[in-house]
Amino acid sequence: MTRLLKVEKITKKFGNFYANNDISFEVKKGEVLAVLGENGAGKTTLMNILFGHYTPDAGSVQFEGKAIEFGNTNNAIKLGIGMVHQHFTLAENLTVLENIIIGSRSIFSLSLPKRQARIKILELSKKFGLLIDPDELVANLSVSEKQRIEILKTLFLDCKLLILDEPTAALTPQETDALFATIRNMIKSGLSVILISHKLNEILAVSDRIIVLRNGSSVGETDTNSAVREKIAEMIVGKKIDYPKKTKIPRKSRVLSLLDVSYSETDVPSLNAVNLNLYGGQILGIAGVAGNGQTTLAKILSGHLKPTQGKIVINEAGSVYISPKSFMNLGVAYIPEDRNSDGIVGDMEIWENAIMTEMDNLCFRNRLGIINKRTSFDRSKDLCAAYDVRMQSIRQRSRLLSGGNVQKLLLGRWLMRKPKIIIACQPTRGLDEGAIASIQKLLLEAQQNGSAIILISEDLDELLSLSDDITVMYKGMLSDPIETTTTNKLTIGLQMAGDGF
Amino acid sequence: MIDFIEIIFTAGFWAATIRIACPLILATLGEVLCERAGVLNLGIEGIMSIGAMVGWMTVFLGADLYTGILAALIIGGIFGLLHAVFTVYLGASQHVTGIGITMLASSLGFFCFKLILPASTTPPKIKPFQPFDIPFLSDLPFFGPAFFQHTPFTYIAILAVVFAFWLMNSTPLGLSIKMAGENPMALEAQGIDVFLVRTIAVVLGSAFMAVGGAYLTLSAFDAFYFGMINGRGWIAIALVIFASWKPERALIGALLFAGLDAYQVRAQQLAGAVIPYQFFLMLPFLLSIFAMVIAAKRTKYPKALLIPFRRGERH
Repeated sequence: MTRLLKVEKITKKFGNFYANNDISFEVKKGEVLAVLGENGAGKTTLMNILFGHYTPDAGSVQFEGKAIEFGNTNNAIKLGIGMVHQHFTLAENLTVLENIIIGSRSIFSLSLPKRQARIKILELSKKFGLLIDPDELVANLSVSEKQRIEILKTLFLDCKLLILDEPTAALTPQETDALFATIRNMIKSGLSVILISHKLNEILAVSDRIIVLRNGSSVGETDTNSAVREKIAEMIVGKKIDYPKKTKIPRKSRVLSLLDVSYSETDVPSLNAVNLNLYGGQILGIAGVAGNGQTTLAKILSGHLKPTQGKIVINEAGSVYISPKSFMNLGVAYIPEDRNSDGIVGDMEIWENAIMTEMDNLCFRNRLGIINKRTSFDRSKDLCAAYDVRMQSIRQRSRLLSGGNVQKLLLGRWLMRKPKIIIACQPTRGLDEGAIASIQKLLLEAQQNGSAIILISEDLDELLSLSDDITVMYKGMLSDPIETTTTNKLTIGLQMAGDGF
Repeated sequence: MIDFIEIIFTAGFWAATIRIACPLILATLGEVLCERAGVLNLGIEGIMSIGAMVGWMTVFLGADLYTGILAALIIGGIFGLLHAVFTVYLGASQHVTGIGITMLASSLGFFCFKLILPASTTPPKIKPFQPFDIPFLSDLPFFGPAFFQHTPFTYIAILAVVFAFWLMNSTPLGLSIKMAGENPMALEAQGIDVFLVRTIAVVLGSAFMAVGGAYLTLSAFDAFYFGMINGRGWIAIALVIFASWKPERALIGALLFAGLDAYQVRAQQLAGAVIPYQFFLMLPFLLSIFAMVIAAKRTKYPKALLIPFRRGERH
């Protein structure tokens, strides 16, 4: 196979931090190269350099023997490099067609050849199995449809090398399979693909070769055929991973139930007559594609939203006053989906975030409302030590923590209150293998101590390994829970796509 | 009571509506272009003012009226470029820069006016655009005097709407402008220079605004004086929201506001003795607020409005 891309000694610094340090690799024509690594390992930075978003401090890149001009996406596109970013680069106020054709003409040209473009798009979409409606507004599309457009955009500009940055992050298992089929199709017609991911199973299924990045450096390269899963996982993290093991404990009494709870307002996805029972010591997994009402459900369960119909019963306490605070006092802990905007205040210091939920406790403030710094500092130091929040000092701004440490801080803050119910929304989304393992272990420990946990996740592996029972959410409806041991990925995946509703 | 209704059936009312609407149409189109690309241009009031001055002065110093429009166009583009350098390339606050441009442009305009004509106490006059009767159509009863006996500048303003509509909907540049205001990363990812697109939009938009200002001195009136823009720029900012950032709706919004304004002048004359005239002055603004509240409820802001784009940074 001939060489398509040659990357030599790329180094990129952000301040004093090496995002990429002396990285070299090659991509051959017609192969899938997987770039693996934890968050912050430098994968996306490296790709942004290839695609011309960033200029590296040292190194060179050659594409088909020609040097790439750095910091110029237009040059990269002209050479034949296409990139699908993790955060989609689509304008939601425009149609599919408009989003695709934008780069094909100079902005100074006076006409927009929509008709020819439509023909080419439909041809490409047929050839690669990427079904779309060119005249639909992008805002109305699902995540997987948006991704199809992103891929079509690069194909439309005749790319030879496609870079996919975390393409499966928001897809159902079926959609992931469809994406992989498309990738194989592309390989067959001579394209090359660089696939960035931190999901090992997927990489092993679709790639030809793997390189692993850690802390900005390349730490290993291997053919996928000869790769061993555990070895690569260790290469990624840099040490042995201690995977959490679940032990089931007998169900205790019921702590929470929802009776025909509905929510219909225009601002968030609605809920439709949801019934649910939760018992002490139980982990109830809720699967589903994002945007089917899970967030609304979590907000109702944590007192942030008031159901338009139906009833919530907590701890057999009868009807409760609905506010986040009263739920908190009843022992409900809430791990929000977007930890950085709803979980912590990024510009406040770690200790301030650590005691934020404790402001009713006179241990941490006096009657005038003045914070007792000594007890607060002690508490946050204890919290960080107990839950392994890695930081330089508790006076550090919380924004500077990594995702895993933010999550440990958040979870630790609740666990210190010994919650009876934990509502965990996507608790490991976007975290790396090491951090995922620690968060999962903390949740399992909480379960062992008798807490009831609702685990809302899109990661089926996680749901299957942690939950006692699983239900699926689809268009605001919740399926009946089934025991995890009696179901499998395929069944749940089908339900996530609407089967049985 | 019948008198109040009869007002809207007079050709004079409609002719006045169109006359009042023209500067608003041009200014609103200009602001639509800027905001669609993601840049709020609060320099509008000042740019209209200096456009009015430069257009008038060019004609006063001997050039013909069309050269006056061209001069206004150029000065608007220059101030647009200034706004773009600060807000697009340097990523400065769009609010602060815009207000600064308004203060600079309106004061500089009047300063230059005084430099060139230091002694004038009563504003000197030029011979402005004269009404041009469109053959045949201007002979129609009612419709003729209402719509087809305007100055050429008026027809230029209407053509500007057509131009803006075509630009936004049928050209790669228009598409790029819409994308720059929604998700600039999408543009960058397709190899298009976001800075360039935004700059073009702001320069072009500001040129429109200045021409809107020049309408006042070259067509509606015949003289320039300080403060003659009198808040029309700010009204255009509000009309942009009413128009949902669409050129064709900018036309409707400007006509609606102008219609209310033309109506209140006539209503004043009818009822001036009974109801204080300030009440009528207030009417167009009051009704505009209501129209806004209703229209703006469903509008979607360009998502990247007010957000500077920085290349090569972590997003």
